[in-house]
Amino acid sequence: MLRIFIIGFGLLLHASALANHSGQHLYDQNCATCHGFNGSGGVGVPLSLPAFLDSVSDNYLVKTIRHGRPGRIMPAFKALQDEEVNAIVAHIRSWSDKPAPIYTDKSVQGDATKGKELFAAHCAICHGADGQGGPGTGVTMSRPRSLPILAPALNNSGFLASASDEMIKHTLMEGREGTPMVSFLNDGLSEQDINDLVAHVRSYEKQAGSSSMAPVEDEPSILVSESPYSVEETVDNLVNAVESMNFRLIRIQDLESGVVEEGKEDKGQVIIYSCNFSLLNEALKIDPRIGLFLPCRVTVFQHGDKVLIMAANPKKMSDVFNNRELESVCRDMKQVYLDMIDEALF
Amino acid sequence: MITRMYKLVLIALLLIPSFAQADDLIMRRIAVDFPETMTTLQASVIAQGYRVSRVQRVDIGLTSSGYDTAEYRLVFMARPDQMDLIETKHPDLIPFVPLKITIFAEGNETILVTLNPLKFNEFFPDEGLGDLFAQWEKDIVEIFDRVQSEQ
Ligand code: HEC
Ligand code: HEC
Repeated sequence: MLRIFIIGFGLLLHASALANHSGQHLYDQNCATCHGFNGSGGVGVPLSLPAFLDSVSDNYLVKTIRHGRPGRIMPAFKALQDEEVNAIVAHIRSWSDKPAPIYTDKSVQGDATKGKELFAAHCAICHGADGQGGPGTGVTMSRPRSLPILAPALNNSGFLASASDEMIKHTLMEGREGTPMVSFLNDGLSEQDINDLVAHVRSYEKQAGSSSMAPVEDEPSILVSESPYSVEETVDNLVNAVESMNFRLIRIQDLESGVVEEGKEDKGQVIIYSCNFSLLNEALKIDPRIGLFLPCRVTVFQHGDKVLIMAANPKKMSDVFNNRELESVCRDMKQVYLDMIDEALF
Repeated sequence: MITRMYKLVLIALLLIPSFAQADDLIMRRIAVDFPETMTTLQASVIAQGYRVSRVQRVDIGLTSSGYDTAEYRLVFMARPDQMDLIETKHPDLIPFVPLKITIFAEGNETILVTLNPLKFNEFFPDEGLGDLFAQWEKDIVEIFDRVQSEQ
């Protein structure tokens, strides 16, 4: 009897767990941070525009969720169950009262070489010379931007695995009203031109690896050097290094400041915070989520009879945002730390 | 017997896949404007047993340097006992503490982002700190959950 009760209770819990997996709830948890609660966009692109929903199939949405866009912020959701992915797609679809278009897998026949020329003339200005997509993020309004909506990456393995030729063709023929993407049929291209463009976009599939992130396994997690000077001297040297590198000194504080009672901080552990606001401004345009790297921080630390200078290695963390544009920023920042430390120890 | 059955049911329930995804970042959109979310976030950090060691106003630095930005801050959080453990036994982690949460405005809404502390397992596989990292992850998720539930 009790056993049945327990099993029944278990099933009840199970049912409520499933109810939690409603499309809206799943969307809010997994997608809304970037795409907005109502699909209006943010770090991600808008998903609720009628012109978008009318031009993409459910299959495209499912595959996009599964593959993501490697190196272009949009994560691949591999751990979601099939029913969960379908529930999310149904939720997105509920923003439109029209049925989803259905495309076949038939390839569109065109001349990729001609398509390449057309692409350079008509598309590269927004989608990039190699179809790598525009800079920055979706539509986020937290800072000024050049295009109201990010031009998606077309050479991306996730996009190419999700979009059929017919869907790409439809997008070029009709455009996406309400976005910078216009109808190229109205813009003077012929249907044959558009077929050639589709063939060109499809040919990106042959450029293997163009969208993956560089591996970071071999990067050290921290940059550390031993200082021959005392903690105070090392801090003074670092302050000079910060200033000579055109960074603004923000603050020198004890590591434990604000954590332990005032006056009880260990004085042998000092953080030097600095910032170059022009570099920061550029980095925030690429991705507003980079607070993780802010502000620049070097820690001087008395460890036994040694004085160590330490910094977190930005390059080690460059893959957590799934944003290839940040790779060069992280590489440069690592160099800044190495130079700062070098100069302080000189 | 019954307890065994109960355990089985529990295990079965735990195996039901949920959002348990090892994402590299923990991110949330909060449907409340920045000032209010900032207040709730700090209260939530404290309710979780941490101290807010500092709030860095990145936006002020940017605007005073002539760059346009919406509100953008960093909330640093730490617990004295954990700081002590790291300083004495695991100094390699020092550059990563206090932990920090990025909070920025997007119109009338607010975005919270932080590194998933489980990521430290990859950075520091040999420190034997898996439990601490898991605790941090749980705490941050709970902090974010609380901010979200008050919206
Ligand atoms: C971390 C931010 C982020 C999260 C989380 C995210 N996305 Fe995206 N998403 C993006 C960005 C950025 C793009 C555009 C990438 C590109 O094309 O260059 C995108 C693209 C897309 C596209 C293609 C849009 C188009 O115009 O073809 C779809 C569909 C999509 N996301 C759905 C989702 C769904 C559904 C979820 C949740 C399961 C999700 N995304 C989670 C950032 C995100
Ligand atoms: C003025 C800038 C601009 C130009 C020029 C432009 N696009 Fe776009 N394109 C966009 C934007 C922005 C979007 C995203 C629209 C949306 O949010 O639904 C887009 C979407 C697309 C998509 C759908 C991709 C996706 O992820 O949903 C394809 C395919 C595409 N463009 C191909 C082209 C081709 C080929 C050309 C040249 C003939 C071109 N575009 C010219 C800005 C542009």
